[in-house]
Amino acid sequence: MKLLVTFSRGRGRKPIIAQAVRDTGVLINVERAVIDSSEGEALIEVPDDQCRLVSETMTTLGAQVRILDHGVSLDESECVDCGACISVCPREVFSFDAEWKLRLDEEKCIVCGKCIDACPHRALSLPL
Amino acid sequence: MHKTIGQINERIRDGSARVVTAEEMPALVAELGEEGALREIDVVTTGTFGAMCSSGAFLNFGHAEPPIRMERIWLNNVEAYGGLAAVDTFIGATQQSDTLQAEYGGAHVLEDLVAKKTVELRASSHGTDCYPRRTLTTEIALENLNQAIMCNPRNAYQRYDAATNTTDRVLNTYMGTLLPGSGNITYSGSGTLNPISNDPKFRLIGSGVPIFLCGAPGIVVGEGTQHSPAGGFGTLMVTGDLKQMSQEYLRAATMSGYGVTLYVGLGIPLPVLDLDVVRATAVRDEDISVDIKDYSVPSRARPSLRKVTYAELRSGTVELNGEEVRTSPLSSYRRARQVAGELKHWIESGKMTLALPTRLIDTAKQAKPMHQSKTSPRVLDIMDQRVVSIGEDEEITAAAKKLLKGETNHLPVINSKKVLVGIVTTFDISKAVANPGKAHFVKDIMKTRVITTVPDEAVDIAIQKLEKHNISALPVIDKESHVIGILTAMNLGKLVGGRWLK
Repeated sequence: MKLLVTFSRGRGRKPIIAQAVRDTGVLINVERAVIDSSEGEALIEVPDDQCRLVSETMTTLGAQVRILDHGVSLDESECVDCGACISVCPREVFSFDAEWKLRLDEEKCIVCGKCIDACPHRALSLPL
Repeated sequence: MHKTIGQINERIRDGSARVVTAEEMPALVAELGEEGALREIDVVTTGTFGAMCSSGAFLNFGHAEPPIRMERIWLNNVEAYGGLAAVDTFIGATQQSDTLQAEYGGAHVLEDLVAKKTVELRASSHGTDCYPRRTLTTEIALENLNQAIMCNPRNAYQRYDAATNTTDRVLNTYMGTLLPGSGNITYSGSGTLNPISNDPKFRLIGSGVPIFLCGAPGIVVGEGTQHSPAGGFGTLMVTGDLKQMSQEYLRAATMSGYGVTLYVGLGIPLPVLDLDVVRATAVRDEDISVDIKDYSVPSRARPSLRKVTYAELRSGTVELNGEEVRTSPLSSYRRARQVAGELKHWIESGKMTLALPTRLIDTAKQAKPMHQSKTSPRVLDIMDQRVVSIGEDEEITAAAKKLLKGETNHLPVINSKKVLVGIVTTFDISKAVANPGKAHFVKDIMKTRVITTVPDEAVDIAIQKLEKHNISALPVIDKESHVIGILTAMNLGKLVGGRWLK
């Protein structure tokens, strides 16, 4: 399951992810992270059955945690199956089926947003 | 053996014509043999669906009361051409909205009209005795127009070079998003289904030939603008009735960081008259090759990194410098198939019969680059040739003195061989003085990643470098990386009011 963790680094600069790994013993996979001097956002992947434990631990440590149920979504009425998104996606979420229709493997999506602007038809959007 | 266009049309009319798509043709020729294919197959339909920027439509609004001679015209805030008498206009696909810029443009106006949405028409005039009205605002729909005639000056490129990007930053181009370090390859066109690829000698495609255009029956006007068949880049000018078009085959689009374009669905039916037609329409993706061009070179002459066929491009990955690079089409193969399929249905059902060109298209033409009577200014023309530079082993105080004396903010740093190795600015020196530490020498504080220019580079390209990197000076270097000048924001002032703007 994917969790979006946001934290501010204002107080104490706590190593939240490292701390959560140590406290819970869950091996957290960081899919992507943007961290600067004042705040950070990380998309992490944890086993489904340990999702709550990790989420609660991180919340206690001062982070905001949101479970991401959905990846990028496709508006089929706008999509023309061109495939401009295919090669810009770092996780190979998009592909063609045998009939050259665009296929979306939402499971693989890490919600990085790279495909959003690459779509000439504005058919892709991120979950709110 | 050969067939006449009359015989083929007769079969279309009595419903006995055998029609296949250009995608089906290669296998059929392999199965039936060339003679067999000529005997059995009457028509091959082609199709493509992709971004065709050079598109638009002539619209006639009818006269208002009191009448107006429209001089400036906007449709949903997108300016349309006002030089076509009183109530005619041409709306071009790539024209952008005054308010929404790249998110809405002429292409969107066309799609909205076809989708039966109303569009706001705004016009102004200086007023004349016969046309007294000066301003006009009204809501119009496609059904209110007397004529809405799509006329696209350059469509249906025979094939199109693929694109990649060797720089270390993302490029936003009309070929889509190009990732750094040749991270992806984009391409356009539908290969085996491409209309002109199935008739590269223009024996069948020419003026007056019936086509499928955005879901409506249309015709070929003649050669398209920038038609360059000698090199395998033929184009067509086409026209059709916007009122009969379908949103399925006409879609507005925005290439991020580039602008608005129109996705056009276009197909041409080809009569199978003789063995030459059979051979030409048996073309496969493997037989059509294009160059992969490096879009990081901001010049007309972009270098080719390798040749590639549509078969390789459509496989999903292409090998480039020993690496497997993923590809993205920009045109839709699925819709191209639908175009060819729909056209096949039209002909099988007798909705469209075929015609030979009333005027043939030139097959030897080569598009020329622009004739420029004045060369655009080059870095050499405006750069500062009095360069003050400093050695990397000199002390920071020496650099400070040079900056003061030279009345400059940028000091190129050179090594003992006089080769450019870095740059220091007044900011770097101030920082070093304000925080005295271990740094004593210029090489301790200089920036080693220097963005440079060369004397022959166009000033516009140099300006783009300054903007992209948010810097205010570029050392000008020769082939041996010796500093021969510096271009600063100050030098750009020479352009204003100077001979280059006259």
